[in-house]
Amino acid sequence: MTLNDLWFLLIAVLWAGYFVLEGFDFGVGILLRPVGRDERGRRVLLNTIGPVWDGNEVWVITAAGATFAAFPQWYATLFSGGYLPLLLILVCLIVRGLAFEYRGKGSTAQWRRNWDIAITVCSFVPALLWGVVFGSIVHGVPLRADHEFVGTVGDFLSPFALLVGLLTLSLFVFHGAVFLSLKTTDEVRARARRIATGAGVFATVAYLVAVIWMQQIRGGVSGLQFGATSLVVGLAGGVAVAVALVLTRVGRDGWAFVSSAVGVLALVGSIFTVLFPLVMPSTGDPAGTLDIHNAASSPYTLTVMSWVALALVPFVIGYQAWSYWVFRKRISTRQIPLPRSGAHAERQPAGEVVPEARSGVVPGARSGVVPGARSGVVPGPGSGVVPGARGGVVPGPVDRETP
Amino acid sequence: MDVLSLARWQFGVTTVYHYLFIPISIGLALYVAIVETAWVRTRNPVYLRSAKFFSSLLLINFAIGVVTGIVQEFQFGMNWSSYSRFVGDVFGAPLAMESLLAFFIESTFLGLWIFGWDKLSPRLHCACMWMVAFGTTASAYFILAANSFMQHPVGIEIDAATGRPRLVDIGAVLFQPLQLITFSHVITACWLTGAVVVVGVSSNFMAKRRSTEVFRPALRFGLWALLISSIAVIVTGDLQGKIMTEVQPMKMAAAEALYDTTDSASFSLITIGTLDGHHETWSIRVPGVTSYMATGTFDGTVEGVNDVQREYEQRFGPGDYRPNIPVTYWTFRLMMGAGFILALVSVVGLWLTRRGRNPVSPWVWRLAMWSVAGAFVGNTAGWVFTEMGRQPWTVVGLYKTQDSVSPTVTAGTVLTSLIVLTVLYGVLVVIETRLIFRTIRKGPPEEAAVLAMLGRKNPLRTNTLPDRGDDGTPAGGAGRGDAEPDRDDDVLTFAY
Ligand code: HDD
Ligand code: HEM
Ligand code: HEM
Repeated sequence: MTLNDLWFLLIAVLWAGYFVLEGFDFGVGILLRPVGRDERGRRVLLNTIGPVWDGNEVWVITAAGATFAAFPQWYATLFSGGYLPLLLILVCLIVRGLAFEYRGKGSTAQWRRNWDIAITVCSFVPALLWGVVFGSIVHGVPLRADHEFVGTVGDFLSPFALLVGLLTLSLFVFHGAVFLSLKTTDEVRARARRIATGAGVFATVAYLVAVIWMQQIRGGVSGLQFGATSLVVGLAGGVAVAVALVLTRVGRDGWAFVSSAVGVLALVGSIFTVLFPLVMPSTGDPAGTLDIHNAASSPYTLTVMSWVALALVPFVIGYQAWSYWVFRKRISTRQIPLPRSGAHAERQPAGEVVPEARSGVVPGARSGVVPGARSGVVPGPGSGVVPGARGGVVPGPVDRETP
Repeated sequence: MDVLSLARWQFGVTTVYHYLFIPISIGLALYVAIVETAWVRTRNPVYLRSAKFFSSLLLINFAIGVVTGIVQEFQFGMNWSSYSRFVGDVFGAPLAMESLLAFFIESTFLGLWIFGWDKLSPRLHCACMWMVAFGTTASAYFILAANSFMQHPVGIEIDAATGRPRLVDIGAVLFQPLQLITFSHVITACWLTGAVVVVGVSSNFMAKRRSTEVFRPALRFGLWALLISSIAVIVTGDLQGKIMTEVQPMKMAAAEALYDTTDSASFSLITIGTLDGHHETWSIRVPGVTSYMATGTFDGTVEGVNDVQREYEQRFGPGDYRPNIPVTYWTFRLMMGAGFILALVSVVGLWLTRRGRNPVSPWVWRLAMWSVAGAFVGNTAGWVFTEMGRQPWTVVGLYKTQDSVSPTVTAGTVLTSLIVLTVLYGVLVVIETRLIFRTIRKGPPEEAAVLAMLGRKNPLRTNTLPDRGDDGTPAGGAGRGDAEPDRDDDVLTFAY
């Protein structure tokens, strides 16, 4: 394997990591309202991805950075050519990231509703557009001999690219729903499993069609080296999605998640193997086509970067895995503390049993769970001193601290 | 406007914006790590409250730093594709290292820190914030290595076939003297920013005599940190000036609007009139200081703009190699002014609050709060100076800004993204500022509340809550112990 092959592989790994990880948090974002349903439910959803979404997003930053380092020509052509779709994705990633962090900081239901909508839309759009962008790479876009993109946005909207867009969209929704079945309990989990069924069926069909169509598109073009491998990987991926669907139905949530992750992984694998050794086929001047040689950095740079990647990637995977382990528990609605101050509509009077709460637990009633509660707002005789010792009676405007 | 101007505006707007938040994140992450350590060591809950309060400000700010950073990374390809092709062999490497070594660490450990209060031991939790602080610092290091390469390209050979630089020595790129000095200056300026934020926010509370048990220690710590970091910024800034004169004589000449080569050049604090070398009406000058800044001696020779221009024409062919002189002249003064004023603020502040003193005049506190602006002025002016002073080059001596822009992207496209991003950033800064003020108004959490958010088995918590049962279950109370969730982490103590 040459360094150029290695870097092609590494970049595929980074994109695969990105799609597998951010794929489910896009899915959770899209499902925020249908699966979350009410405020508590939505907060369950947000908390399943809260500690990890930012780490997931760094995979795309790294993929872009690594592409710049290893294949600068590819980076330059892809990012200037895909200008408008990427701008849309950027705007969505900006708004979405802030929505997660700022949603809990306001005080009105309206504030939260606005951010909820932002999360849904800004998860939906990139889930669709990343597929469109990768579909277009496989399909090819018009490049001139100096590798500059000479088309319009329309060139990114071929029927094939749109199909891949729908595929990533439905696959991420499915992947997110499977993730939620693994990470939640009760009604939230039930709703996630119901949605997983529909999304899974759609994704499986779109997956298989796209994989076969992909062979059709790239098959006739010179340079296709691993057509058969790509087909096998792709079909296996489609099957993995179907298997994940079945496993979710029978309640094997952990294995279902593994299987849907394999499905996402295989999609990236299939796309990259069908491209190899090209990285950006041109539908314009054939001389414009970029491959792993004419797009690459010098051997020296590739060597340096290989050492850096080999030294650091295992650590990254290690501590990210550890953080998933720390937050491995399922989350249920009754673990969600009372809504923040100002959310009058949803505030629970002391001691009253909340409908969803089982066994008479007042969610969040253990005041130990309300960091940031101002003294003065903690009622009850003497209770302001040690709320933790007054289990169950600390309602009121709770200034819950949120990340 | 043409694509070039639009792309430059977009880069200027997005980068300056990104950099409004970065120094706060770098500075405050370090502050939170330090006070949390103080808490773990002393178990004095005041430190925990301080950590908790300043971390809320940090998190609001961090979020915006992260999301605007993604734009930074993408726009090299989007707007500057020719540039990316030209320097890709060198420039991408530090960016990729930054993601691998810094961004992953920051984001993963910050997630652990935010949600891990009741899941990690106090030491491990505190270590997570140190990892975040390390990540932010490493991230500054790598991006500055990339920038230093643009200011002074080293470690390369020009490839005969393509005419592009080819990396031959990564060590030179990562550790060139310019980079070491720049990093020292930038990172101390970030600490200064963090210190001044701590001082400004604490002053707000001290003025109102609110939670002074938390904010007096914070204020004193902040003032000392401000004193030390402002001196460090001035010292490293002085080194910057010397190395800058060496690698970019034009920038130093422009900073002083010095047109003709002079021995023992004076430094003008302020000039009225035009800065074109002909119509100076009035100025205050300190003899020899420019020479000192550039060379280290008061009678050293400083090259003037006209002479460097002539020299460059010989080396690089005809063209205008002068940056925008009024901009470089004034931003340089703003930055230095901010440094000296903030050093003064720290000395005066330390004096006024010495040995438990607590000034009553609201003006003292108001001035302390306004000094936060000084850090923003210094940082922004510093970058505008550095980047505009480099013009017309993107990579000094190798590649010009006018050649860097994406050749096939249309002006309409860039205009669209410039408008979209500017409007979006404008809205976000309003939201962010309101959240920051809201958080400050709310004040730090009470002692009981911060201790309660720790896990129930947390030794530091039970330790300071004497009326808890040995097994960590609440003693007495309203008799609703049966409603207590049975697992330690049954209720999310820290959640979105
Ligand atoms: C609060 C921030 C702050 C303060 C008070 C100062 N600086 Fe600064 N300065 C920066 C923040 C900064 C910066 C934003 O960090 C820059 C921009 C690019 C860089 O390398 O650092 C910078 C750049 C910069 C440069 C340009 C380097 C180049 O272009 O290669 C010089 C010569 C100085 N500084 C010198 C000084 C001096 C003599 C100061 C004395 C008071 C000073 N700075 C205070
Ligand atoms: C955060 C601190 C920075 C600020 C505030 C900043 C500011 C600016 C500004 C204002 C410009 C526009 C100059 C002009 O239009 O005349 C510019 C240009 C540029 N800077 Fe920086 N910059 C920063 C850091 C960096 C870094 C770290 C890099 C490289 C990694 C970089 C690379 C560039 C490039 C590529 C341009 C575009 C070409 C140009 O117009 O000069 N900048 N920067
Ligand atoms: C034009 C050049 C720049 C690029 C391409 C860039 C890129 C990025 C990216 C992609 C992120 C998001 C990382 C994440 O998701 O965790 C980010 C955040 C960050 N950047 Fe920049 N950046 C630039 C300028 C700078 C400069 C000049 C500094 C420091 C001197 C800096 C320091 C940081 C830090 C500390 C963060 C972490 C987030 C935060 O602290 O708010 N960046 N940057």
